[in-house]
Amino acid sequence: MADSQAMKKALWGPVLDNNPIGLQVLGICSALAVTGSMQKALIMTIAVVLVCAFSNLFISMIRNQIPNAVRIIVQMAVIASLVIVVDQVLKAFAYEMSKELSVYIALIITNCIVMGRAEAYAMKEPPLMSFIDGIGNGIGYGAMLMAVAFFRELFSKGSLFDIEILPLVQNGGWYQGNGLLILPFSSFFVIGLIIWAVREYKPEQVEKD
Amino acid sequence: MSNKDSFGRTLIFVLIVSLVCSIVVAGAAVGLKPLQLDNKQLYKQTKILEASGLLEQAGKGKKAIQDTYGKYVTAKLIDLDTGEFVEGDAATYDQRLAALSSDTSIKPKADIAKINRRANQTVVYLVKDESGKTDTVVLEMRGSGLWSMMYAFVGLSTDLNTVKNVIYYDQGETPGLGGEIENPQWKALWQGKKLFNDNGDIAIKVIKGGAKAGDIHGVDGLSGATLTANGVEDTFTFWLGEEGFGPFIAKYRNGGL
Repeated sequence: MADSQAMKKALWGPVLDNNPIGLQVLGICSALAVTGSMQKALIMTIAVVLVCAFSNLFISMIRNQIPNAVRIIVQMAVIASLVIVVDQVLKAFAYEMSKELSVYIALIITNCIVMGRAEAYAMKEPPLMSFIDGIGNGIGYGAMLMAVAFFRELFSKGSLFDIEILPLVQNGGWYQGNGLLILPFSSFFVIGLIIWAVREYKPEQVEKD
Repeated sequence: MSNKDSFGRTLIFVLIVSLVCSIVVAGAAVGLKPLQLDNKQLYKQTKILEASGLLEQAGKGKKAIQDTYGKYVTAKLIDLDTGEFVEGDAATYDQRLAALSSDTSIKPKADIAKINRRANQTVVYLVKDESGKTDTVVLEMRGSGLWSMMYAFVGLSTDLNTVKNVIYYDQGETPGLGGEIENPQWKALWQGKKLFNDNGDIAIKVIKGGAKAGDIHGVDGLSGATLTANGVEDTFTFWLGEEGFGPFIAKYRNGGL
């Protein structure tokens, strides 16, 4: 049984020390798409935390039974099922959100983080630790998402969680929204700057040439 | 080769995993279906109320919306070619489904709005005022923007010429640019605009660079979203024309609703 020290590391490690986006540079695709507003990013974060945690849990539970030849397919089946469930739940309880997010939720199936953790961690470690590792990586992914969404929403729409912070010119205020940050690819710049900042603070993350 | 990697074991394992996963997925889909349909209907009703200008009066909450909708709104089927009301259950009629079958839809000759197929019948929503007289008609329109099919409810006065509200309720345009067709500021520009000129020709335009002050047929374009704005204009041109609501409008523009 794992001690609490290891659990803590599995849970909070991925946020700064071993961020799936920042260090492993996984899951960039969806990080571009859903960071236009804080609210979307938050819902996506919750969805990924749930999918990642439970896929790790279930895969870890059956890890000793999974035949080696089909392990990736089995992981996909488990992940895909969970993603569909999350999508259905969203449609039932957060309809307007699901209208906007449905496409990206479906894409969690191909989110490299979920598969990566299943293959790299859950296939070897016991269920509880895998579950925590899943939550940790989900949070790490979400932390980066929220950070990017913070800058993008604030400087493009002048709001946070749809609450107006900088009144926009088109709504009679003074702030001219940044058109570049509205577009998904601007996340590349923001993510790049954040990775730079983190690596300044933690130089051990810099890859050796 | 260990036991779990044998051919038989692998096959059985895959079958079990598939079975369990399909049960979970099917269970979620079936179990949550009533809630999802409810949400869908509520969303549509909310948007119809918004198009007819009753949303603020209705207030928030599921019950308030459903009550107000039930009290004021009547959905009726019309035949688009003749413009006549036809019998049928407007509540269950699905225009998008009808547009898929060649029996219940046509390919428009002049497909300006790039809708591909148009259902033969559609639903119009007649909205009553307090005294029970119809004072708003909500028409459903759709047309291609830059990326996506854009669906709108258009609330008109009973002269079928004066716009009350244009509410886009389903679209996938670029957020912040074309997506601004859902911006309240832009939606407000539509209020009071006239769709037709004095000769009865379609006159409504979305004008790049902004409409002149006092232009009753012109709506400001959206900066950075010329193609979406063109799509909006084409949508109106198509649906107000002969293959859209033209016959219906011609019949009822002088009253009778």
